[in-house]
Amino acid sequence: MTDATQTRHVPDRLNSRATRIFKSWEALLLAVAIAIFVINSFASPYFLSAWNLSDATFNFTEKAMIAFAMALLIISGEIDLSVASIIALASTAMGLALQYGAGTPELVIIGLTVGVLCGAFNGFFVTVLGLPSIVVTIGTMSLFRGISFIILGDDAFRGYPSSFSWFGQGYIYWVFTVEMLLFVIIAIIYGVLLHKTNFGRAVYAIGNNPTGALFSGIRVQRVKFILFLLTGLMSGIAAVCLTSRLGSTRPSIATGMELEVVTMVVLGGVNILGGSGTIPGVVIAAFVMGLVTFGLGLLNVPGIVMSIFIGLLLIGVIALPRLWAMAAARRTS
Amino acid sequence: MSTRPAPPISPDVSPMVSMDMITKTFPGVKALDEVKLNLYPGQVTALVGENGAGKSTTVKILTGIYQPNGGTIRIDGDSISFASPNDAAKAGITAIHQETVLFDELSVAENIYIGHAPRMRFGLIDTAQMHRSAAKLLAHIGAPFSSHTHLRDLGIANKHLVAIARALSVDARVVIMDEPTAALSHKEIEELYELVETLKSQGKAILFISHKFDEIFRIADRYTVFRDGAFVGDGRIDDISEGDLVTMMVGRSVDQIFPQSDHDIGDEVLKVVGYEHPTEFADINFSLNKGEILGFYGLVGAGRSEFMQALFGITKPSKGVCRVNGDIKVIRSPADAVSNGIVYVPEDRGKQGAVIGLPIFQNITLPSLSKTSRSGFLKLAEEFKLAREYSQRLDLRAASLDQDVGNLSGGNQQKVVIAKWLATQPQVIILDEPTKGIDIGSKAAVHEFMSELAAQGLSVIMVSSEIPEIIGMSDRVIVMRDGRIAAELTKDELSPETLVRHAAGITSPTEGAAA
Ligand SMILES: Nc1ncnc2c1ncn2[C@@H]1O[C@H](COP(=O)(O)OP(=O)(O)OP(=O)(O)O)[C@@H](O)[C@H]1O
Ligand SMILES: [Mg+2]
Repeated sequence: MTDATQTRHVPDRLNSRATRIFKSWEALLLAVAIAIFVINSFASPYFLSAWNLSDATFNFTEKAMIAFAMALLIISGEIDLSVASIIALASTAMGLALQYGAGTPELVIIGLTVGVLCGAFNGFFVTVLGLPSIVVTIGTMSLFRGISFIILGDDAFRGYPSSFSWFGQGYIYWVFTVEMLLFVIIAIIYGVLLHKTNFGRAVYAIGNNPTGALFSGIRVQRVKFILFLLTGLMSGIAAVCLTSRLGSTRPSIATGMELEVVTMVVLGGVNILGGSGTIPGVVIAAFVMGLVTFGLGLLNVPGIVMSIFIGLLLIGVIALPRLWAMAAARRTS
Repeated sequence: MSTRPAPPISPDVSPMVSMDMITKTFPGVKALDEVKLNLYPGQVTALVGENGAGKSTTVKILTGIYQPNGGTIRIDGDSISFASPNDAAKAGITAIHQETVLFDELSVAENIYIGHAPRMRFGLIDTAQMHRSAAKLLAHIGAPFSSHTHLRDLGIANKHLVAIARALSVDARVVIMDEPTAALSHKEIEELYELVETLKSQGKAILFISHKFDEIFRIADRYTVFRDGAFVGDGRIDDISEGDLVTMMVGRSVDQIFPQSDHDIGDEVLKVVGYEHPTEFADINFSLNKGEILGFYGLVGAGRSEFMQALFGITKPSKGVCRVNGDIKVIRSPADAVSNGIVYVPEDRGKQGAVIGLPIFQNITLPSLSKTSRSGFLKLAEEFKLAREYSQRLDLRAASLDQDVGNLSGGNQQKVVIAKWLATQPQVIILDEPTKGIDIGSKAAVHEFMSELAAQGLSVIMVSSEIPEIIGMSDRVIVMRDGRIAAELTKDELSPETLVRHAAGITSPTEGAAA
């Protein structure tokens, strides 16, 4: 009867696309990245050289490949702390295969397969047995690397074929490396997967409310299992790149990388408790971390100071919006 | 029935709590716009308003959860402000909130006394004393479980009883109840009414929020009406008729007549044979036809929700067969149920129904993504289209469809959950307390939508504890008691007395009439 007055219109969105982007975490992070770039170029005369910058990307490309998969896993409310150990195990497996005469294609297949199997192992305990992923992957972190140590002891595998070195040392064109290309391709794939597909939506739903997602007909455990497989696969790819770049396998390869990967993900704006975060955020975070490490490296800052700096950066960038909001609240009241 | 026949126009008792010119804004919404509200000692004030009118926001301001942007709160004439929930508790204000926040891993007694447990020497918690007091409180409100029970083992209605006990465990002067009866069946509701009378006789000021007009007229002494965050009027309940109160609240009159369900009922769609669960239910047999609305009535704990969740694949029945369109289907997960065209609107909207953190439109499309997408890729325009259509049908009140569903008022969240499942265009929809927390106008919209869809061939199972809804909507009703089917009633056999009698297990009709 009085329909005109009664049916109220609910708009699709309140903020325009521009406002949303402007107010986003990614915008803030991008500003930080640019600031670091500018500071670096003033601080060191060697910074603004194409070849140096190209070298600098090795600081983050391998970590970032894993970080993309890790971002999805963390958004879904799980975590995988065994990624660096998966690299060690995958690399060891490749080294072992090398002893039996494996060529480059076999080596790559073995590296990726071991990665996926490790992911499946983690995924099984988390999704089938229902154990907390942080506990499971702390366990497998020791387990996977432990196996490498048993196989290798103090030794190292060397003598990878020269065609194998293409992955970690090759160039596509001018200063652009194979790893950069992989980084871009993987970033696009994960960006599309998370933001443009039903699968990605399910990941967000699970991270925000796993019970609600289950009640919505989402196969929660299956999605999580796939995420563990993907993280394992990415660790396998990183293992191929890293082994190829170093040209050797030691059991201590990639030690501590899991924390750098998680730092990158969190710096990228992914909520460590799950439910939110974006791939563009992780991409920018990768650049920020790469630029900082490279810049400090040029200034001959020792590694330990670098990790202090990264830690401060992480806390600073996370605290900044919170402080901002508190200041804004004080102004209005 | 008010114990004090109000002397006409005599200057009233002065209010114990008075809110004046209170304003509260959220990004994009003015939830409260210079409202006033008075609470009087020994009286029940009903706060009425549509979904999203600002009732729960008022409660949160009175309990120190939100700070108002403007206005004053006075207690006994002194102006005060609450910086935190603790301050409000110290001022003697306690509340049963609409969405209860309890701890699944703690016992019932611990939940009731968390933050103010009885202490022994050295500040240790006096566990024995705590359980004694908790048991007394639980007995007082007629709760059918022990204080030692783990909270996670309780259903939503019983959890709500724990929240009520928690609110009453502090010695407060002001008791606020935000839709306390929404989750309860008639037995617990009666106990609650008695409790309200006791609180009144102790001189407490009570704020009572409800969408059920029969209970407002039964227990309230005064009313205050909000519409769209603004104060519309207040007065004595004796001075207003139900129709006028509804008009005041909605801004128009609302037909409270249930839609005529003269639709055709077709062939059998769903047949359940011998469903059984080790602890929750046994021997469940029934069939459901195309276009039929089958009501499920029973007391809290009768096993209705537990059975429905088994049918939906959440829990596993130990025995039993389910046939869809004549074929045996094994439903192991909700995903299986959905692909067989069976969907379930759960009772616990905060945990199972809505995915809080995701925007409204994504909540609505979550189970329909296969329809709004192309080969696994999202199509936002399609999603918004679907969300717009269903939110309009259900009269959703929101700032935008992109808003976090968690920022919606309780009733509007419920509309999103219903929309989400109707949008899948299922064969069979199981609605568990579908209109819980929904205001009178929107309730009529939901009912109308339901019978319209039934007329188009949707089969509905409606679990409800609201007798008028069960009687008004159902073509047939199954009454459950203690996990079993106690009776199956046709439309002609339905009456409040019969339903209550079968639900409570009173066999002789004469006793039933006395009860
Ligand atoms: N935290 C919040 N953020 C943004 N908006 C909010 C928030 N809380 C409430 N609102 C908005 O304020 C308005 C009033 O909500 P409120 O919960 O007080 O309604 P209500 O009267 O209790 O409704 P119901 O009968 O559905 O429970 C609604 O439009 C709601 O969307
Ligand atoms: Mg409310």
